[in-house]
Amino acid sequence: MNWDWQVFCKNTLDGEIMPRCFGSGGEITYLDWLLSAWGWTLSVSLLALLVALLFGSLMGILRTTPHRGLVFLGTAWTELFRNIPLLVQIFLWYHVLPALVPPLRGVPSFLLVVMGLGLFTSARISEQVRAGIQSLPRGQRMAGLALGFTLPQTYRYVLLPVAFRIIIPPLTSESMNIIKNSSVAFAVSISELTMFALQAQEETARGIEIYLAVTALYFISAFALNRLLHAIEVRVQIPGVIGGSR
Amino acid sequence: MLNLDFGFLTAEVLSAYVLKGFLFSVQLTFVAMLGGIVLGTLLALMRLSGHAWLMMPAAAYVNTMRSIPLVMVILWFFLLIPLLTGRPLGAEMSALITFTLFEAAYYSEIMRAGIQSIPRGQIAAGYALGMTYAQTMRLVVLPQAFRNMLPVLLTQTIILFQDTSLVYAIGAYDLLKGFELVGKNFNRPVETYLVAALIYFVISFSLSTLVKRLQARISIIR
Repeated sequence: MNWDWQVFCKNTLDGEIMPRCFGSGGEITYLDWLLSAWGWTLSVSLLALLVALLFGSLMGILRTTPHRGLVFLGTAWTELFRNIPLLVQIFLWYHVLPALVPPLRGVPSFLLVVMGLGLFTSARISEQVRAGIQSLPRGQRMAGLALGFTLPQTYRYVLLPVAFRIIIPPLTSESMNIIKNSSVAFAVSISELTMFALQAQEETARGIEIYLAVTALYFISAFALNRLLHAIEVRVQIPGVIGGSR
Repeated sequence: MLNLDFGFLTAEVLSAYVLKGFLFSVQLTFVAMLGGIVLGTLLALMRLSGHAWLMMPAAAYVNTMRSIPLVMVILWFFLLIPLLTGRPLGAEMSALITFTLFEAAYYSEIMRAGIQSIPRGQIAAGYALGMTYAQTMRLVVLPQAFRNMLPVLLTQTIILFQDTSLVYAIGAYDLLKGFELVGKNFNRPVETYLVAALIYFVISFSLSTLVKRLQARISIIR
């Protein structure tokens, strides 16, 4: 088969090959578009990761508290967001919620997708946080309370610092999943990598080159995030703990 | 506040639009599960075979599949299969092939863990009884590995069922598409998406509750 990598140097308007491969003066090439799509993918993923960590940690913690109502809230949250397909959740955020809650109508779809992907992932992170806290010996919690810490203090100073270190590896793979799952945002017309792949493939008919570039960027993004989290894992490791990855 | 009206979702409408999609989603789930487990088990055996020429391609296949977003895999196959076979392929057929090959990578990781959890003595016992490698695997190791991993395999299948909605990318007619068409035709997207979410939730939640029960039973027997 014949490769045609020059497709990326083409102007998106008239298909002419631009001399420097980057567009100028309002005209953009497919390369420009690809890079901006990569930016959207990264923005959606990283913001969603933030949302997911926030809500996932909160709900995971609630599920380990001694209060029945809070445990129920955390469990219900997790089951709700875990048992509906991501694409359907994105549609709910994009098509359904703004119709039911009028103030949401002005919110850009980018943020709705971030919330959808973030809350979907929060269910998985809540499972990991819960498992991390429950993997600690019961004596840790008792010792904290016996020292006169309140329950929040026990979590803040005794349980969470260790639990979060334990769950860095599963959190790493969940973060890589977020980058992969952000591809679903194409369904609500976010101009991210998959959307670029679909449209550029249609316009240029050079599907293989386009898909290869997009796939490579997904791969690079997930790999970079993996290395970053691994570096954090090594850095915050508690000396003397088995299973360290130094 | 919008007035929700679910009255248009009659039995006739559901069986005209949604049933076909539902059946395809179920078919896709089952085909990909069975094909994925068979292929995945072969991949797992290749990775554990100890021969580099079998281990490397299997590892490369599994790792590649697992590092690409499923939507991109769906698009890749939809683009590549017609190029390779020389004739166009329907979105549904393409989805069946894609999901089987994609899920094989995930099932293979589960089966690999399952096989590795069987004590070495079991294999040695098989050989001591005069069995060949194939017999030891088929009669001694795989039945136990499969049984131990049954809850995880089923959990993966529930994820697979949810992921079938991603055939949206190539326009295959699945459960979600059925609801989407109803929403478009009756101009009631809000209600149809809500019902679609409810149906996915009820199916996934009841299946995962069943898996939890199964897990509890299996762990008692073991």
